[in-house]
Amino acid sequence: MVDKHLGDKIPEFGAKKPAGGNSSGLAPSGLTSGPGARSFWEIFAIIMVAVVIIGSAEAYIRFFEVPQYVMPPPSSIAYALVADFDLIAPHLGFTLIELFVGYAFGASIGLMLAAVITQFPFAEKIIAPYVLMLVTTPMLALVPLLILRFGFGLEPRIIAVALASGPMVMINSATGFRRTDLAKIALARSFGATTFQIFTKIRFPMAMPMIVVGLMIGAIFGLLTAVGAEMVGGGFGLGNRLTTYSATLQMPRFFAVILILSTLGILIYVTFYLIGKKWASWES
Amino acid sequence: MSSTEDPAAKDRPAKLVVTGATKTYQTNSGPLHAVADFSMSIADGEFACIVGPSGCGKTTLLWSIAGLHSLTSGRVTLDGEEITEPHSQIGMVFQEANLLPWRNLDKNIELPFEIKRQKPDRERINKLIDRVGLAGFGNKFPRELSGGMQQRAAIVRALSFNPSVLLMDEPFGALDAFTRDEMNLLVEEIWLETRKTILFVTHNITEAVFLSDRVFVMSARPGRLAKIFDIPFPRPRTLDLLATKEVFDLVNEIKAEIQIGATPANHTSTENVQPASSPSRTPPSEPGQSGDRTNG
Repeated sequence: MVDKHLGDKIPEFGAKKPAGGNSSGLAPSGLTSGPGARSFWEIFAIIMVAVVIIGSAEAYIRFFEVPQYVMPPPSSIAYALVADFDLIAPHLGFTLIELFVGYAFGASIGLMLAAVITQFPFAEKIIAPYVLMLVTTPMLALVPLLILRFGFGLEPRIIAVALASGPMVMINSATGFRRTDLAKIALARSFGATTFQIFTKIRFPMAMPMIVVGLMIGAIFGLLTAVGAEMVGGGFGLGNRLTTYSATLQMPRFFAVILILSTLGILIYVTFYLIGKKWASWES
Repeated sequence: MSSTEDPAAKDRPAKLVVTGATKTYQTNSGPLHAVADFSMSIADGEFACIVGPSGCGKTTLLWSIAGLHSLTSGRVTLDGEEITEPHSQIGMVFQEANLLPWRNLDKNIELPFEIKRQKPDRERINKLIDRVGLAGFGNKFPRELSGGMQQRAAIVRALSFNPSVLLMDEPFGALDAFTRDEMNLLVEEIWLETRKTILFVTHNITEAVFLSDRVFVMSARPGRLAKIFDIPFPRPRTLDLLATKEVFDLVNEIKAEIQIGATPANHTSTENVQPASSPSRTPPSEPGQSGDRTNG
């Protein structure tokens, strides 16, 4: 056994151990800097700017008596958001169900198709035009058709969300899977890796940064499509609330829904930002 | 100068035998002959280098020996067994370390075990990590390490599953001259300790002379075996050796051999002919220093 005496014959110079090696060395940055990284003054400034903007909007609207159907004052939007949240909450629930179910189908099918198709360049050439068509066609245009076929329930919206998010996930992931590094694949093969192992150990992690981007864009497109599909027809969902409240000039509630939607968008962004930081930070 | 430690390679049993290796690629502009009728026999425990001009098919040949490429004709045998696919007795060190950037050092080194579905031999890995001076860097990511340290990790990874043959494909080509000298010393030391059979591909003649028992010179494409040089200097060799006239003459002789086999107009470069002038043996524990020497 060679390694038996390898251990015995090790000379001393390796004993000088380099220091460090405990921290990962990744500096937190941007949106998610740790609580300690932000100083009091930074937080103070951020809050002050928000207070000034919202406060002057409130003052302007009240002083010049801007009609409520043009722009309600921030205070009444906030009041509507809190007081009428019970009214809005079930609709938020429907929108979230459409988004989650549609996205789960769309994103997983899109990801799988990307993984399979990039292995077979010929199949990719055949499928590419249809995927591009799906990406470029606004899914909202199909919603009336889907409603004709599936009625006014959740189904047409779920299908629209899946059709909007799936291709987005697919084209971005495919870009990731196409980044083949022959040396890294050869490395895995030199250890006797199977095709499946090459996929799981090399291709998939290498595609991860693009997959995360695709998942994020897909989720945001899914949200837009869910809300848009609810505006086209039917009696529930945040999109439906937007049309109802604007038609009946209930502007504080209308803007409360807008606030909820932008919060959802930000949540999607932050979620995938964190996922990217955890699983795809090696590239930055 | 003759080696006392090293019996002549011919007396030892052949470990790795390449017979009539030929590799032809079909391209749009007709067949491209990368390697033509290349034969070599490497003894058990021998350190052999293949040198040749860029694009002469060295890497193609090495990848074929590793079982990563098929040959158009000819065969490669390891202990008499034909190599047609990657073999567990062959470890490979690639150009520019080839670590996976999404894995830390420990996870990179455990990759062969993961792929072979074995429990990592941590004891052996830790010894090797200590040996190459990477202790304490296990949770660092490749981008946090210098090129020399990355290549050390790649050597540990290749040796981790204890192959009997180590194939090295221009492993230090991207390193600065100082780091390259350190790595060459380290490779020689590891070879003296483990007595693996090492086949090392490089375009740096000085490096080849410093490391090898025998240097196989390959001609320009299509790569043919031009000549075999026996390198007689005793082991362990030190960097002082590189400043001696014997090495200088040998390097020039090999250089001339490469140019005979090549189209003269294409080879006006004088890289590799100056002997390294590093005066002393530096311990390879401080990688990443940048030098501005450009002797190749």
